[in-house]
Amino acid sequence: MITPAHYMILSAALFVIGMIGVLVRRNIIIIFMSIELMLNAVNINLVAFSSQLQNAVGQVFAIFVICVAAAEAAVGLGIILAVYRNKETVNIDEMNLMRW
Amino acid sequence: MIELIVFPLLKIVFILTGVLVAVMYMVLLERKVQAWIQVRLGPMRVGPHGLLQPVADVLKLFVKEDITPTRADKYVYTAAPIIVLVPALIAFAVIPFGSEVHLFGVEIPLYLTDINVGLLYIISVASLGVYGIILGGWSSNSKYPLLGSLRASAQLISYEVAVVMTLIVVVLLAGSLSMVGIVEAQLASGVWFGFVQPLALLIYVVGALAETNRAPFDMPEAEQELVAGFHTEYSGMRFALFFLAEYTNMIVVSSVAVTIFFGGWLRPFPNVAALGFLDLVPGFVWFVGKTFFVLYLFLWIRATFPRYRYDQLMRLGWKVLIPLAIANIVVTGAVKVLL
Amino acid sequence: MGEAIAFYTLSALILLFAILVISVRNTVHSVLFLVANFLFVAALYVLLGAQFLAMIQVLVYAGGIVVLYLFVVMLVKLKQPETHRDPQRRSRLGLALALAVLAEFVVIALYGFVTPAPAGAARPTDAALAVHNVQEIGWALYTDFLVPFEVASILLLVAMIGAIVLARRGM
Repeated sequence: MITPAHYMILSAALFVIGMIGVLVRRNIIIIFMSIELMLNAVNINLVAFSSQLQNAVGQVFAIFVICVAAAEAAVGLGIILAVYRNKETVNIDEMNLMRW
Repeated sequence: MIELIVFPLLKIVFILTGVLVAVMYMVLLERKVQAWIQVRLGPMRVGPHGLLQPVADVLKLFVKEDITPTRADKYVYTAAPIIVLVPALIAFAVIPFGSEVHLFGVEIPLYLTDINVGLLYIISVASLGVYGIILGGWSSNSKYPLLGSLRASAQLISYEVAVVMTLIVVVLLAGSLSMVGIVEAQLASGVWFGFVQPLALLIYVVGALAETNRAPFDMPEAEQELVAGFHTEYSGMRFALFFLAEYTNMIVVSSVAVTIFFGGWLRPFPNVAALGFLDLVPGFVWFVGKTFFVLYLFLWIRATFPRYRYDQLMRLGWKVLIPLAIANIVVTGAVKVLL
Repeated sequence: MGEAIAFYTLSALILLFAILVISVRNTVHSVLFLVANFLFVAALYVLLGAQFLAMIQVLVYAGGIVVLYLFVVMLVKLKQPETHRDPQRRSRLGLALALAVLAEFVVIALYGFVTPAPAGAARPTDAALAVHNVQEIGWALYTDFLVPFEVASILLLVAMIGAIVLARRGM
């Protein structure tokens, strides 16, 4: 019997994996993808509860999360391209223009 | 229990075999139809009137040497043709070839499955096919494939928007996303949606031509342009997979057009009792006939129109088709609410 | 029973591909593993009875957003995968902290979760409700959540304009 607790643990594990990606990796594109993993983890949680409570609100919230993730990915990747054009790097350790 | 496992497996075998044979003969049909339009005969040597030509083609592609460029990314290079072919094939899971047949006392519906989001499923797997093109071009580690793949994928994702918007109009009319539901809505309203929404049909056909990289939108893979586009470096069986995928995509797109615009398995004038004698022809035959008509339309257009330049192609997609499709949705929605 | 097998298989695959996303050196492979991850998450949604959301996940997330990532990865042609390791990185500390957070989450999930009602009141049969999934979401989006829906459309418009402006060569 799969209870929402199972889905919460899966979601927590996926969230933590995304978190590790954000903290440890230095390639900014990988960091963005880890953020997408975290958003997916949240979505899994929402849908699991929506399924248990038989309410469509969880799925509607998940649709909005996907929509915001799309907007964020578009603008974020635009920023990455703009920075890459100026600094020729995608390593966030080298994107430290505010520090001499 | 047996219905749960054996029947779907048998249906999968039938559908895959039928599709692959149809694709093989589509290749021959294309050469023959182009030839006849150009007042020549096409392949005539292999078998009577060239009917065994596809067998010869498949044999040739099987025994060709399998070359991998030295600095190509080996795994992605191998995976790209598979990634293009698989979404095209799995789209057949929801296409309804007919209503029901009675065999051995059991009623078997002539579709693999009818999920409640069938149309959305087809759109989703079509959008996954873009990956194979991007990866095929990029993993070849060479100029022409990379340019070809970027152009082809940009073209695909642009026309995908226009095509999806025309499908929205059909969903508005039918009130359901399931493919069988759409056909039954056409049965209930007595008229094929292609006659109710001619603009949507036109945008869909143009968009489908661009989606499947068919002329006049085949700039990314025409020989006169970028050598051969994203599949330049592929040879032998891998090239065969790309080829197969293109024709399978054509058949998928035609089947979807038939289902949503031409009534699927319904006969013409489905509710007029006077034409009941047409019911002698089973639904499946109507479906196949209509699909062949749409495929013939694709071949006819290829032989007739000159190729679009890439910027003209993008302009058409973004500045003409998408605004028309949006206007279509607005007008249809307004009419549906007011009437 | 079938549901348990499906759930455990899908979760194992989801977590496996997520770990591969953050650990492989080649960025393109990372993106491909992300696509696989999203496809298995969509399968999980189908298991939970959210068919519309599953298709949206494949169409928008796997078929749109990750294609965007793939384009950027191809345009940002990295000569070699990231090899230089920042001495300040302390990846082992980061890993340890992340595992501590995971342990906290698991404890919260297990102790804070109220056991569900007996089987009769739990999820009703999926077949009967499957037909209505799209309609339910449609109703919710257009009645209770109309304002967020419209705001989301404005957000997407702004994001589109922003992305075009940022990526334009004239800047």
